[in-house]
Amino acid sequence: MESVLKTAFPFVVWAVAILIAFQGVLMIVAYTVLAERKVLGWIQGRIGPNRVGPWGVLQPFADLLKFIFKEDLVPDKSTKFVYYLAPIVALTCALLPMVVYPFGPEITTVDWSFLPWGLGDGIRSLPLTIAQIDVGVLFVLGITSVGVFGIALAGWSSNSKYSLMGGLRSSAQMISYELAMGASVIGVVMLAGTLDLNGIIYAQIQSPFKWFIIPQFIGFVVFLIAAFAETNRVPFDLPEAETELVAGFHTEYSALKFALFFMAEYVNMFTVSVMCTVLFLGGWYIPGLGHIFEPGSIPYAVASHVVFLLKIFVFLFFYIWVRGTLPRFRFDQLMNFGWKFLLPLALANVIVTIFLVYFLNR
Amino acid sequence: MATSALFFIFAGLAIACALSMVYHRNPLYSAISLIGVFVSLSCIYVSLAAPFIAAVQILIYAGAIMVLVIFVIMLLNLDEEVALDRLRYLYAVGGGLGLILLIQTFFIFYAVMRAPQQTVDQAETVGKTLSIGQAMFTEYLLPVEIVGVLLLMAIIGGVVMVRRLSQPQLEKLVEEELTRRNEQDEVGDYRISF
Repeated sequence: MESVLKTAFPFVVWAVAILIAFQGVLMIVAYTVLAERKVLGWIQGRIGPNRVGPWGVLQPFADLLKFIFKEDLVPDKSTKFVYYLAPIVALTCALLPMVVYPFGPEITTVDWSFLPWGLGDGIRSLPLTIAQIDVGVLFVLGITSVGVFGIALAGWSSNSKYSLMGGLRSSAQMISYELAMGASVIGVVMLAGTLDLNGIIYAQIQSPFKWFIIPQFIGFVVFLIAAFAETNRVPFDLPEAETELVAGFHTEYSALKFALFFMAEYVNMFTVSVMCTVLFLGGWYIPGLGHIFEPGSIPYAVASHVVFLLKIFVFLFFYIWVRGTLPRFRFDQLMNFGWKFLLPLALANVIVTIFLVYFLNR
Repeated sequence: MATSALFFIFAGLAIACALSMVYHRNPLYSAISLIGVFVSLSCIYVSLAAPFIAAVQILIYAGAIMVLVIFVIMLLNLDEEVALDRLRYLYAVGGGLGLILLIQTFFIFYAVMRAPQQTVDQAETVGKTLSIGQAMFTEYLLPVEIVGVLLLMAIIGGVVMVRRLSQPQLEKLVEEELTRRNEQDEVGDYRISF
């Protein structure tokens, strides 16, 4: 009995960690929706929602209640199973990469024997990542590739021409820009020498350029543009533009199913912001913080986590800023840009990085 | 103990999805079941200490190849299959071949049970990215290059097959169509340019 509990205890720790991370991600996403409406309002010369709670801070909860109580319409001739499956796939694939995010450094200086079985056999440090897998970058890229299914299936199963066109265009755009995104990550992986997200952060700490944005500036720009296209955000949001396709692939979805798609879009934004931060801005690392707190202690971890969140908020604000500023691409311009400019630029970046790494290691 | 429980769960899921794939008449449900098979296989690869293969299986099989298959199914708008009467002999042929396959499967079980047991060591480096990369570019370089050339052939073939008309040919085609429409209806001149 004792040994069963002892082997099961790490799973309990993991379950608690997943709950905390899940809650945090959902809160950040909910307030990103509010932030978008407020910031877009300020850019457009008005204030956003400010009735529900002071400054509108309770607006996300009001929105959630509205989505729950709306009438749930299902198109008559739709393929029911696929119609219900699509938002589930979209949201699941958006939330799955959460388990590999490096939320902070390892906590090594705390004695964990006050816990019943001390965090598991012989584990002395608490990494602030839920799952430390060796191929973190590939895992995130793979799960976002599977997320395309949610949109393609939603567009097809709604049995409506707007949905079908929107779904096909959206998935074609996403799979085109996935290539540029993956190719821009190759440069960072070569400089870091590992696919592990924590390993990439430690490589940035140890490299002469503290953040990989300095040697990989072109890769950073390519990744950011491809990220805008991956998440179907302006200027690449033709598949969901109201004047073009009513609402694209989520035209026929109402109430909570639409809320799932809506959340999936914002969680995707969060995912690519985290990837941008970890790969190019050093994740939770800021050069001076190791001198103020002791590395490996709890204050250092908390401060690093706050730094990580601030960097993510910078990228989320950039997303919203671009939405208020730029017009959208036409679909053929979008495909031309992705295949004929962005992908060759990313590959050229890879070649230049190969030479750089070779001559640095001589 | 946990490893074998996980193996049975994922293997069971893979078999269930594979059965669902051959059972459904609607090609889209079959495609979705095939995605389920690939995801289960990827989980089994993880339990066999091959994280790179698992991630690449999701990225390429489930994320790229199945997207292609689903696009084809959606664009061709394939209907459900209906069994034809004159093909009833195929049930017997299928049953016979299935029996042969079952005998071969039992032979594999027998051979596996007679092989020496080797537990998987998670600290080995064989399945990790570094060793795969090193092997790809030193020992297996020729097959990798040949596969690259094959993929290039496929891409060029695809591009040639959907080659667009050049601009003069396109203009001639549009002109002919508009003249034909002008002769057919009385609506007005279709050749107004914007």
